[in-house]
Amino acid sequence: MTAILGARPAGATALHLDEELDSRGRLVVVGNGMAGARFVEEVLERGGGEQFRITVFGDEPHGNYNRIMLSPVLAGESHEDDIVLNSHDWYCDNGIDLRAGVRVERIDAAAKQVHAADGSVTPYDHLVLATGSYSFIPPMTGIRTDDGELLPGVHGFRTIDETRAMLAAVGTCTRAVVMGGGLLGLEAARALQGHGLQVDLVHAMPWLMNAQLDAEAGAILKKSVESLGITVHLDVLASEVLGTDRVQGVVLKDGRRLDCDLLVVAAGVRPHTDVAVRSGLEVERAIVVDDQLRTDDPDVYAIGECAQHRGSVYGLVAPAWEHARVLADVLTGTDPEAEYSGSRTATKLKVAGVDVAVMGVSTPERDDDEFLVISEPKRGVHLSVVIRDDRLIGATLLGDTRKVAFLTQAFDRGAPLPEERIRLLVDLSGGDGSASGMLSVAEMPADSQVCNCNGVSKGDICGAVSAGCGSVGEVMDRTRAGKGCGSCKSLVKQIVEWAADGDLAEDPAASYYVPGIPMPKPELMRAIREHDLRSVSAVFATLGPGGKDDARSKMGLTSLLKMIWGSDYIPEKDAEFINDRVHGNIQRDGTFSVVPQMKGGVTTPAQLRRIAEVAEKYEVPMVKVTGGQRIDLLGVRKEDLPAMWSDLGMPSGYAYGKSFRTVKTCVGSDFCRFGLGDSTQLGIDLETRFQGIESPAKMKLAVVGCPRNCAEAYVKDVGVVAIGNGRWEVYVGGAAGATIRKGDLLATVEGRDAVMTLAGRFMQYYRENANWLERTYDFVPRVGLEKIKAVLLEDSEGICADLDAGMQRSIDAYTDPWGQDAREPATPGQFRPALPLIALPKVPVR
Amino acid sequence: MSVTEMTTTTGVVVGRVEDVPPGEGRTFVAAGVQIAVFRLRNGSLHATQAACPHAGGPLADGQTDVDVLLCPLHQYAYRWADGSSTSGATPIRVHPVREVDGNLVVEV
Ligand SMILES: Cc1cc2nc3c(=O)[nH]c(=O)nc-3n(C[C@H](O)[C@H](O)[C@H](O)COP(=O)(O)OP(=O)(O)OC[C@H]3O[C@@H](n4cnc5c(N)ncnc54)[C@H](O)[C@@H]3O)c2cc1C
Ligand code: HEM
Ligand code: SF4
Repeated sequence: MTAILGARPAGATALHLDEELDSRGRLVVVGNGMAGARFVEEVLERGGGEQFRITVFGDEPHGNYNRIMLSPVLAGESHEDDIVLNSHDWYCDNGIDLRAGVRVERIDAAAKQVHAADGSVTPYDHLVLATGSYSFIPPMTGIRTDDGELLPGVHGFRTIDETRAMLAAVGTCTRAVVMGGGLLGLEAARALQGHGLQVDLVHAMPWLMNAQLDAEAGAILKKSVESLGITVHLDVLASEVLGTDRVQGVVLKDGRRLDCDLLVVAAGVRPHTDVAVRSGLEVERAIVVDDQLRTDDPDVYAIGECAQHRGSVYGLVAPAWEHARVLADVLTGTDPEAEYSGSRTATKLKVAGVDVAVMGVSTPERDDDEFLVISEPKRGVHLSVVIRDDRLIGATLLGDTRKVAFLTQAFDRGAPLPEERIRLLVDLSGGDGSASGMLSVAEMPADSQVCNCNGVSKGDICGAVSAGCGSVGEVMDRTRAGKGCGSCKSLVKQIVEWAADGDLAEDPAASYYVPGIPMPKPELMRAIREHDLRSVSAVFATLGPGGKDDARSKMGLTSLLKMIWGSDYIPEKDAEFINDRVHGNIQRDGTFSVVPQMKGGVTTPAQLRRIAEVAEKYEVPMVKVTGGQRIDLLGVRKEDLPAMWSDLGMPSGYAYGKSFRTVKTCVGSDFCRFGLGDSTQLGIDLETRFQGIESPAKMKLAVVGCPRNCAEAYVKDVGVVAIGNGRWEVYVGGAAGATIRKGDLLATVEGRDAVMTLAGRFMQYYRENANWLERTYDFVPRVGLEKIKAVLLEDSEGICADLDAGMQRSIDAYTDPWGQDAREPATPGQFRPALPLIALPKVPVR
Repeated sequence: MSVTEMTTTTGVVVGRVEDVPPGEGRTFVAAGVQIAVFRLRNGSLHATQAACPHAGGPLADGQTDVDVLLCPLHQYAYRWADGSSTSGATPIRVHPVREVDGNLVVEV
């Protein structure tokens, strides 16, 4: 695992100006972490690229990445690529000399030179130390091997490399012990547990997160953490690590032994001060700096976690970034008087299922501090605020963080507090909410901070909107709001919407029908007709940016072109997904499933006999009745498909396409005692008419003979229910998959033909207007039932005749793909095996 | 390039160019190794390992564009340029491939 995050392709090198000719000052940064890299960005933003030749040393070989996101990476929720902040390319593009993987050993302050581990000597005019912290490894018996390395299986949690090492281990490990019950330890414990490991958390203090919570809140947090399945051991030290080649367990001070094959040490961090110490700078707990982040050497500065300011050392990113801003102001001369006066910190636990947000103090400190606590241990909820002189100086939210946005504002900005203090913690119904001091977006002062990570205020966001940013995404790119931990995104969105006052473009890309053609669907359809584009390659050539094709767009375009052109569409096999290329659903082992058409779920003994014979002849590993009332032959080799279809002699059941799939039916009036209409025949008729038509996403239908709903018509894309006297209800937009939604009643109509017409009209309207992969359960609420009713029932847009004609065109273009391709392959090697030799993960044969 | 030159390289003839329809991929065996060969609509040829490193998906059944190949099982995307995954997953091997007198010649 040596991949370098944010690396540039081999061979690319940075251009350097001739040293002699460059009159710019030399700015050297030691440490390429969250403070160091942000500082460089802030300098560049202030035009510092003209003033300084910038060199950055980073012990880690990577570009700059978002360290706080290592928790979701360890949990498998984020990918490491997503946490890159600045790639090697970025440094190169900005003319910065990045010495990634090079450790600085000492500074010669008299000669103003930096000595690095690679033997290089780099002169500086200004030097910034941003060396951050390292995981503190307590001196325990057995934790290190004889050569001083950590025992295999023991990990700190600070860097991407440590995170990768743990991720590599989770596959083979079953039991983990996490030492440390602070933020980091809890996040690590939850992440490992999510990988299926049994996790013991050992904390030396009497309650969890003791640095941020009081005992009562800590006890409630313990219950929430335990309910996730993590075992918590409090108030006990781990004294010894067992194992010689690899960790086997830990021994606690009280003699208990916890077995484990992974040990994560999250027992605090220590600032990296070795360089400063060696270079003779003043170091206490960390490198001592003044209000301009200057050390006792006037040309050497320290920022981030390695800096100690007015006695405080911070372990959070927000103060580090404030340091970066102030120092950039000072060094570039943007504001030579800029000063840093300390940070009030707020923090949040990034553990799914356990909401914890804390800011400021957790308990009252003076006699006249107000203290309000709501504690509901049963629900795992504990909320408290501390108020001094009408200002919020602390808040703890455990188990319910709904009030966090307002409290954060009040804490940061000293926003006015409601008279009834309880409104700080709960919404009281019945009261007049607006007067209660809860700031709406409109009332927020312009300078109130929205993104704490990046220090973006409401005013900055509004400024970006008035400067022309037309979407939430653009505002976020411009201001960086929401680009840190992301917890402010919803607030950013609200403010952007408010500031734009309805004049907001959706993210343009979000409205594209497919990602590779920058057009929303109606525009795209117009362009296709106008330019007479009948094949997917023609669409890319004419409408693609630079004529470029895009693999992820091909399937959606194929579907659209088939709909628009019917039989005049020019097929291109490569524009189809494999399922459509070979008319079967690809399975996890590269085999396919074969589902013969069985209209309305009605079959015959002769059909069943034939299916049985075919299944035996081709040694089909599994025969399964599907949820759509069909018979599925699973595990069929691609090369057997054509012969099987011929032997079956049945048309394709289209169980693989983004298309009209099945119509389930109940036995209806023919046999059922309750049946009010011939649901079976209507289902068969619907399937006969609409078989195989392509659509933006699957369309699954059902017809039932009475409201008892045996075939589940209420939860189908189109569901038809007999209500007697030849009348049928037509429901649309239902779903019973990952999303469950009861369909909306579109209309009650008279007679079979009216059902066929209305169903066809609705499906065509959906085909023409839905986004790619947008199921009807999203489409119907998006467009609105009233609108759909007006268009389809009252012909409010005068398009019903066109809709009917469009649907008819597709119906006329239908051919059974099995019948067609079984006779002669559509392309050479259409059914050639793609993986004949390699043993694949086999789906078990039952 | 002439046939004589071809015999002096490590290339293996795996099939004819027309065995791979435009824009699609087909699997071949070259020197005992399974290789997926692709012919893009712009005429360029590419060759990769046959099975996706993620879950063994048949890469020859994937969709392509000028930059990437998508595995059909979970839509992992791999760059032609170096086989790297766009999401940082395990990369795939890419093999040099060229056309010689209508034959597909893959270097393994
Ligand atoms: C898993 C995890 C989750 C976190 N979650 C949060 C959170 O939710 N909220 C929050 O506010 N904070 C969080 N933090 C803390 C946050 O990441 C730090 O506060 C922040 O990274 C500090 O920035 P820094 O630049 O001071 O130090 P770092 O980001 O550690 O950067 C220091 C860099 O300097 C390099 N370096 C050190 N010595 C040398 C040398 N001699 N020569 C060259 N290079 C050197 C190091 O290799 C490192 O890359 C989290 C931290 C971790 C590890
Ligand atoms: C560094 C550590 C961080 C701390 C201590 C911290 C603390 C908090 C807390 C306690 C909240 C309430 C959170 C919630 O909405 O659930 C909050 C909200 C917020 N955080 Fe953070 N956060 C951190 C990182 C970030 C980052 C990186 C950003 C980034 C941009 C950020 C921006 C915000 C914003 C804008 C809110 C308001 C959220 C809302 O109204 O929904 N915070 N922060
Ligand atoms: S839905 Fe009504 S008609 Fe159909 S089977 Fe059930 S009870 Fe009978």
